[in-house]
Amino acid sequence: MRKISLIALVLFGALLLYASSGLPGHGDPDGPSHRERSRVGSPVAAAHYIRHAQGDAASPNIVTVVLADYRGFDTLGETIVVLTAGLVCTLILRRSP
Amino acid sequence: MTSSSRNPILITASRLLAPFIQLFALYVIFHGHFGPGGGFQGGAMLAASILMLRLSVGAERSELKFRKSWGTPVGALGALIFAGTGLLTLLLGGRFLEYHYLPFPDLSRADLHSAGILLIEVGVSLAVMAVLVAIYDDIMEGPGGN
Repeated sequence: MRKISLIALVLFGALLLYASSGLPGHGDPDGPSHRERSRVGSPVAAAHYIRHAQGDAASPNIVTVVLADYRGFDTLGETIVVLTAGLVCTLILRRSP
Repeated sequence: MTSSSRNPILITASRLLAPFIQLFALYVIFHGHFGPGGGFQGGAMLAASILMLRLSVGAERSELKFRKSWGTPVGALGALIFAGTGLLTLLLGGRFLEYHYLPFPDLSRADLHSAGILLIEVGVSLAVMAVLVAIYDDIMEGPGGN
């Protein structure tokens, strides 16, 4: 059983390495995430963010605008996750209130 | 560890360092608008300064900075600031977290978005700081600790 899982693991790693060779280069301007339109013709979010971030919010940091403005709801979820982790630690570890 | 066995160099150094770490954490939080940084990173640094005091000068005296019972309330307050900003814009006619409905007068639409981002960054930093300290306190107080 160990041998089978080891072989499966190596095969899966090789598959991942093979798949990663097909990814676009880092920062490639022609990569799928940097195009104006996707292959099926729908607008791509990244181009919109880069074009409008500075006008939509008076902040020169696009990352902050995406994190807190365009994806603000997502960041709220992240904060709730952090808070939940803290609450669960309190519930499990504290003996008495 | 009893307080008599503590190293005076450690205590002095950490007491001197803590305010500067907190100052830099505030810089990281508020500089998130212009460069790398933001609520998560700044909150982690605030928590680091408090945890450093917890480890060096002891739990009793570091409670003067941040009480053990404050962890979850302050964390909840941070999340409440974040969600409250969203609910406020919702009440004032916008959609959830649509910052240009915030009730600050004489600010342009872009400036209102900037102010809203600042509000939620403060909320995130409070939540992250309080939760990190609370987890440490829970582990030290819990069934495995003293």
